[in-house]
Formats: sequence, structure tokens, C-alpha cells
Amino acid sequence: MPILSLLIFVPVVGAILLLAIDNRDQRRDGLIRTVTLVVSLLVLALAILLWARFDPTSAEYQFTERRPWIPAFGIDYAVGVDGISLLLVELTAFLTPIALLSSWGSIHKRVKAFSIFMLVLESAMIGVFLSLDLFLFYIFWDAMLIPMYFLIGIWGYERRVYAATKFILYTMAGGVLMLIAIITLAYLHYAQAGSYSFDLVKLHGLTLSPTTETLLFLAFTLAFAIKVPLFPFHTWLPDAHVEAPTAGSVILAGVLLKMGTYGLLRFSFPLFPHAAIAFAPYLAVLAVIGIIYGALVSMVQPDLKKLVAYSSVSHLGFVVLGICAMNMQGMQGAVYQMLAHGVSTGALFLIVGMLMDRRHTRLIAEFGGLKAVVPGLVAVFLVITLSSIGLPGLNGFVGEFLILLGTFRWRPGYGYVAAFGVILSAVYMLWMFQRVNYGPVLNEKNRRLPDLNVRERWVIWPTVAMAIFMGVVPKFFLGPMEKSVERVVQRMQSAAPPTAVRRLEQMPPPVKAQGLGLRAQGLTRLKPVSLEPGDAVSREP
Amino acid sequence: MSPSFNAIVPILCVVAAGIAALLAEAVREPGERAPIAGLGVIGLVAAGISAAWLWGRNATSFGVVSADNFGLFIVLVLVVIGLLTMAFSSQVVGRDRLPGGEYYGVTLLGLSGMMLMAMATDLLVIFLALEVLSLSVYVLTAIRRDSEASAEGGFKYFLLGGFSSAVFLYGIAFTYGIAGSTRLDRIGALLAAQSMGENPLALVAVGLLLVGFAFKVSAVPFHMWTPDAYQGAPTIVTAFMSTGVKAAAFGAFARVFLSAFEPLRPDWAPILWVIAAATMIFGTVVAVLQTNMKRMLAYSSIAHAGYILVGIVSANDVGKAAVLYYLLAYGVTNLAAFATIALLGTRERQNDDLQDVAGLATTHPGVAALMTVFLLSLGGMPPTAGFVAKWYVFSAAVGAGHYWLAIIGVLTSVVSIFFYLRIVVMMYMAEPAGGAARVPVLSRFGLATLAVSMIAVFYLGILPTRVLNLAAASIGTIF
Repeated sequence: MPILSLLIFVPVVGAILLLAIDNRDQRRDGLIRTVTLVVSLLVLALAILLWARFDPTSAEYQFTERRPWIPAFGIDYAVGVDGISLLLVELTAFLTPIALLSSWGSIHKRVKAFSIFMLVLESAMIGVFLSLDLFLFYIFWDAMLIPMYFLIGIWGYERRVYAATKFILYTMAGGVLMLIAIITLAYLHYAQAGSYSFDLVKLHGLTLSPTTETLLFLAFTLAFAIKVPLFPFHTWLPDAHVEAPTAGSVILAGVLLKMGTYGLLRFSFPLFPHAAIAFAPYLAVLAVIGIIYGALVSMVQPDLKKLVAYSSVSHLGFVVLGICAMNMQGMQGAVYQMLAHGVSTGALFLIVGMLMDRRHTRLIAEFGGLKAVVPGLVAVFLVITLSSIGLPGLNGFVGEFLILLGTFRWRPGYGYVAAFGVILSAVYMLWMFQRVNYGPVLNEKNRRLPDLNVRERWVIWPTVAMAIFMGVVPKFFLGPMEKSVERVVQRMQSAAPPTAVRRLEQMPPPVKAQGLGLRAQGLTRLKPVSLEPGDAVSREP
Repeated sequence: MSPSFNAIVPILCVVAAGIAALLAEAVREPGERAPIAGLGVIGLVAAGISAAWLWGRNATSFGVVSADNFGLFIVLVLVVIGLLTMAFSSQVVGRDRLPGGEYYGVTLLGLSGMMLMAMATDLLVIFLALEVLSLSVYVLTAIRRDSEASAEGGFKYFLLGGFSSAVFLYGIAFTYGIAGSTRLDRIGALLAAQSMGENPLALVAVGLLLVGFAFKVSAVPFHMWTPDAYQGAPTIVTAFMSTGVKAAAFGAFARVFLSAFEPLRPDWAPILWVIAAATMIFGTVVAVLQTNMKRMLAYSSIAHAGYILVGIVSANDVGKAAVLYYLLAYGVTNLAAFATIALLGTRERQNDDLQDVAGLATTHPGVAALMTVFLLSLGGMPPTAGFVAKWYVFSAAVGAGHYWLAIIGVLTSVVSIFFYLRIVVMMYMAEPAGGAARVPVLSRFGLATLAVSMIAVFYLGILPTRVLNLAAASIGTIF
């Protein structure tokens, strides 16, 4: 069964089916919403089936499908999944039904168009993660922009058109330079191997001159840096996140931002390892600046949604830092943090959306003392806030800890500054939480707010459950990705200059998990692999 | 039938249809609705079938017309453009009370000139075809006799066009002076043999011919007529002009410069590089400032001419095939976009300002969706025809080493998305009061034709292999 193609195209087919439902009198909203939810749940079922059949002991791409598409140029329809893309596809399949369900309460006009765009967006997102052909990847990458543009521009808030236009132009500008780089790679393959090819695996075999490699690396990385978003290319994010409707924000923060980091991990670093090793310190500087800057700006936001938006900049700075560390801990932490951030920040936007549904305002000052009024919502809010901060036992901790561990093994200086960002994230999140939920109820409008209804419980509890599950049993998620991440690390290792000074000789071997009193037992299963050749690869029992 | 007529059979079909249209108008009772567009369709279908039959045979006529695959590809593009024009015109001619027979007759005769220009292998025949198509387009631009803008646009076009045709003829004269012949193959052979020193006459000839061609394809700085002519003409005529004339002119441009003047490429390529870059940048930047959709699309047509020029500058096999593919993709898309605007108007109001489509998605959701697809294709977003065409052209540039040209091209594409999306914003994110509320209901036939165009745009974007291979196979015969 071509499960990957099904995953990619079932949502689009669902969208086409929706076209057939006539909803001009807007009486069929319920039917449309149900059909859309069913399609997204079907995709989730397929994704779970994919996980069940995935072989975590292999680092190769699995379930590959390859069909010639434009043979004259060596372009194939090539899809495949490995540990990293598997987890991101699962994240997409998990968040989409939740986002759709959350929209039932807030999207009331043009429901059909909304649902169609959400499904097309899901197809494009899954397509990005599963593409093994660069041309196909680029098509899905750009195709994902159009539904997001409409979602922000039509169903968003006051400055939605500005935010949507900024989003699409900014992202496209980076993307088109990547297109030139992709075409150049195909031509280089022709020059070296006699035939054009856009296939990722084949392009790994190219030998590139240092200048070429650097330029191509920069072109690819710029496109992904804009998407992540890496400081200073982040200015589109606050507007897009704030002005998007709740479901749009959840998908934007939960999945779309991960495409940038996925691109770095899948394309920029493995295809151009020498340039990556040379530029990683600079990327890491930008990442660290993003961590601190994002946290500081979050602290002074009066607007809830903007606070969460800037916190995304901060958290994804950690992910980029982990990738730049180019060792097992860093990269595994980065992938884990991608998942954790998707769940936590997605849930944060859902909660903010619920608050907005009730009060139609995003300002923190308008709230206060909600604990007495909506205890169920506040309880969930608390768990998600703590997971976003990185409290041990919840999902945020595992990712951040691994990233910091990896960074310390690479260049401890970055680790010192980045760890400070963890403290800052606690500051802005807890302060916000206190202002919104604790203390007396100062604003009379807050006295009679309804607590979570049934639909909202179904929306938010799965994310809470996932946050706890990811925090307590991380090996469930670390397992599938391990081999694939190892392959990336080995590729970086093989390109490392042989005269690299062995760093961190003084650093003690990684502490045992029990010694720190952590419940994250999965950490003991990690095999620490450092970057420089000549290091002894120690294997933990 | 003497075998030397074979190559011009497609042209003869279209000419016959044109004459039939004029005759039909002459015998029509006043007030009677005659299906003159149908005559055009028959002629065009016959031309298409004969072009397909001629494929691969390399027929020539009179030594000056060659039905090689390159020319036939453009003939097929012109057939598609003609069919779409006929279909859309049938909705507009009656509504706007344009003189029907003359309109269709002149359009068909213009198409015949375009086909001849694409298949001609002699400079004088190219000039002849250029004049035929230009005269028909001048008439069509000014065909709304009750409109000042139409007359002004037509007059400007005629004046500047006459001037540029004269320059073109002067260039032919110089070419004859150095080569002793106006046949492209003899010119090419002579220039290739002349390897000693630079002949200044040759450079002058190339320069003058370049000016003539650049005017016709509206390349900067010979583009001044385009916005006024495109805006003044009836919108459906603009649709036809912006696509058909470019297809024919670029076909002749590629043929003349990449076969006859190929030996002089080191001389004209840098100039054309600058022209291409300036055209892309200028067309995009000025389009950003427009509030009238027709004028905006006119400037965007200028920018698209720049992209096709990139293919000619690249001059490798991919570049030549890319020119062909771009002409088809751009032809279908641009024609459909202009046609949508044409169908939105009424006899009294053209409805071509941005304000006039405010809220179109609420009143006419289907039309708004179709227009969005065409605009996204013009902007080069996957998975549409425009994306594949742009990718192909930029691949050619990268392959030839013109990296900066490719970068300019992609960056201007991003900027162009801005003004294409502006229309989308108005359609989807504005209120219809005062805007789209005045747009009439579209006829089913018009909607159906737009839907067919949309399917073509997606087909060329998602399954382009067949057409790409066809384009790549077309260039082997002459280059």
C-alpha cells in the first residue's frame, strides 16, 4: 500500500470532495466540518499505521516510492520516510484534527473555504516532510504558502492582510533563492555524472568546490532561516501569529516553523557539510541571540498572542543551536524540541484562543484571577505553561536538556548563554501566568466566564496528555529517530577537518540519568558521539 | 497540389476563415446573430490539425517558409490562443456591440500573419508577416470607435509601430548589404565564414533588428506604447495582443538571432542581457504602483517579456525550449487573466479598476477562484504552468552561467506576487458594496471556457512532461 502517497494526497482529495458540497446558503456548515474532521482523523490513522510499520533499526529511507515525473530533467516523484520525517509527519497528523476541532467555535463565515484551505495545507505540509526529490520538495514548500496566506488574510484579525502579505513575500523571497540553488545542484550533477538529477540521495555524492558549497549552503540556509525564524529574519512571525485565526496559529507555530529546522537538518547540513561546519558557529550565535532576544521581548508584551509568538522565536533558537552542535545529543534534542515545541506552543495558542473566544481580547491586563472562575482551563493552562518552560517530567525539558548537553560538548560558551534563556523563559511565562490566572478577579467581565466545554476538552486534553507522555517516556520518541540522526551526525563527522582540536577533554562523561534524579530514563540509552575524529566513542551500558 | 504549398496550409486555413468571416458579415442581415466566431474556430482547428500533420516533415514552401517543428510549435500555441480568443470574444462582441465580422476577420488575418512570422525563414517575409499582424492589431486596438482611450491607444501604437517597422526594415537593408541575401540560412553561413575582424555594418544591422524586435515584444526601453495601447484597447483585444503578438515575435526573434546571427552572439548577448534585466525589473516595479488592473497586467506583460528574453540570452538548448514552453504557458494564463477582466465588464463600465473587484469572492466565488489561479500562475507559484515555465527559463540561465540574471528573475517574481496578490486581496478580503456588486453574472459559456483554461494551467503545471519533451524536440531542426 503506497502509504506515503496516501498520506500526502488524502487531504487534497478530501478538499476536492468538499468542493462538491454546495454551501452557499451556509446551512451545511456542520456537514462540512464533520467531513473535514473525518478526513484529518483518517490521515492520523494512516500516520499511526505508518509508525507501527516503521522499522526503527534502519537508517535508510523507508516506504519509498519513486516514479519518473519529468525524465528529461531527472525529476522524479520520490517520497520516503526516515526517523526524523516520521516524527514530523506524526506531529502534523496529530495537530491538524485538533486545530480543526478548535475552529468549530471560532470560524463561522466561509466554513467551506476554510476547511478546503486547511486540508490543502495539510497535504502540502506532509508533502514537504516526505519529499526526497528537491524539485518536489520545492513545489510543496511553495504550495504550502498559498493556503496559509488565505487563512491569515481572510479569517484573521485587524491587520490580517498586512500580516499575510508580509508572511508570503518574506518566505517566498528566501525560497526562490533556494530554487536557484536547487537548479544549480542539478546542473552540477549533470556536469559530474552526465545526467540531471534532483534526487536528494544522488546529490549527496557531488563533489563541490568550497566557494560553490558555501554559496549553495547560504542560499538554502537563508530560506530555512526565514522560516524557522532565525534572528534577524524573524520579523514576519509576530504579525503572522497574532493576526492569524487560532487554528492558523496552531498550525503555523506547530508545524510550519518546523519546516525551517527540518530543512536545515535534512538539506543544508548534510548536502553541504563543510560549509555547515564553517558556518555553524555563526548560525549558533544568531540562534543564541534569538533565544535571549525572543525571551526578553516576550517579557514586555502586553498581548498574550504576541508573547507566545516571541516565545516561539526563543524556543526555536534552541533547536537551531542543537543542530549546530552537530552531535547526537544536540541533534536528537533538536528534533525532540521540534516535537515538544509543536505540542506546547500549539496548545498555548489553543488556550489563548479559548480565552479570546470568551473575552474577545488578547491583552493580559484584561484578565486576572481566572483560577477561581475557570479552574479547568487554568489547570490545563498550568500544565502547558510548565511544559513550555521546560519543567522536568514534561516534554519541554527533554529537548532543551539534550540540546544544552550537546552544545556544552561542542562549544560551552554558547551553552552558558543559552541556559540563561531557560531561566528567562520561566520568567516571562510564569509572570504572564500569574497575571492572568492568580490574584483577585479585578475585571468584572471575567466573573462569569464558562469553563471548558466538551469540544474544548477534546481539543486541549490530547495535547496535555502528549506533553506528559513525551516528558515521562521520551524514549518512545527518541527511539525511531536515533538511527536517522546518527546518520546525519556521521555525515557531518566525516566532513570535519582532521586537525580539529579535541574539545571538552576536561568535560566528565555524560552523567547517568538516575544520578540527577530525573525520570527521563531514555537518556541512558543514548550513545554520545562527538564531532571530532579521534575521540573515543564511549558506549553506555 | 504542388508540394511547395504544404508548409503554408495552416496559414491558408486561417486566412480562409478570415475571409469567410468578412463575407459572412457582408451577407448578414442587420440584427441577425451569425456564428462568425464558429467560422474562426473551424479555421483554427483545421490549422491545428494540419500543423500536427506537418510535424516532423520539415516541409518548406517557396524557399522562404519552413514548417519545421519550431515554427509548428508556435503555430500550435497560436491555435490555442486563437481558439481561446474566439471563445471569449463571442461573449464580448455582442455585449459591447463591436463590429462582429470585422473583428473576427481582422483577428483571424492577424493570426495568419503571426503564424507566417513564426514559420518564415527569410527576413523580408518576416517583415511582411510583421506588417500583416501589426496592421490587424492596430485596427483591433482602435476598434471601439466610441472610446477615446481606444483611439488614442491605437494611434500611439500605430505611430510608434510604424517607426519601429521602419527601423526593422533598415536593419534588413543593412543585412542584405553585408550578406547579399535576406535568407536566414545564407546570412548565418556568411557570418560564420567571416571570422576576420568585426564588420561594423553587421553590428549596425543587428542593432537595428534588435530594436525592431524589442519594440514588438515590448522590451525596455522600447516598451512605451504598451501600457497605453493595452489599456485603451478592448480588454479581449488586449488579451489577444499580449499573447499572440509575443508568441509570433519571439518565435521570429529566436529564429533570427539564434540561427542567422548566432556567430555574432558575443556582440549582441551582453546588450540583450541588459535589456532582459531592465525589462524584468522595470515591468515589475512599475506594476506595483498601478491601481488599474488592465494597466497592471500590461506592465506585468512587459516583465514576462523579460523572462522570455532570459531564455534567448541563455541561448542553450534548454533556453530555446524554455522560450517555447514559456510562450505556451504565458499565452494561456495571460489570455485567461485578461479575459476574466473582460468578462467582468459591461457595455457601460469596463470594471477594470482594482476597486471594481472588491468582494468578488462573495458575489462570484467561481470567477474569483479562477482569477486567483491565473494570477498565481502569472506570479510563478507551483503547481501552476507559470511556475514550470519560470523554472525552465531560470534553469536555462543557470546552465549558461548567467546566475545574476536568474537571481534578478526570481526576485522580481517575488515582487510580482505582491501586485498579483493585491487583486486577490481585493477579491477575497474586501466588502462587495460598491465594488463587485456592479459586476454582472457571467454566462455559462464564459465560465466554462475559463474553467478549461484553468485546467490547462494546472495540466501544464503538474504534468508538464509531454509538452516539455515536445518543446525540447522542436528545436533540433533549426539550431
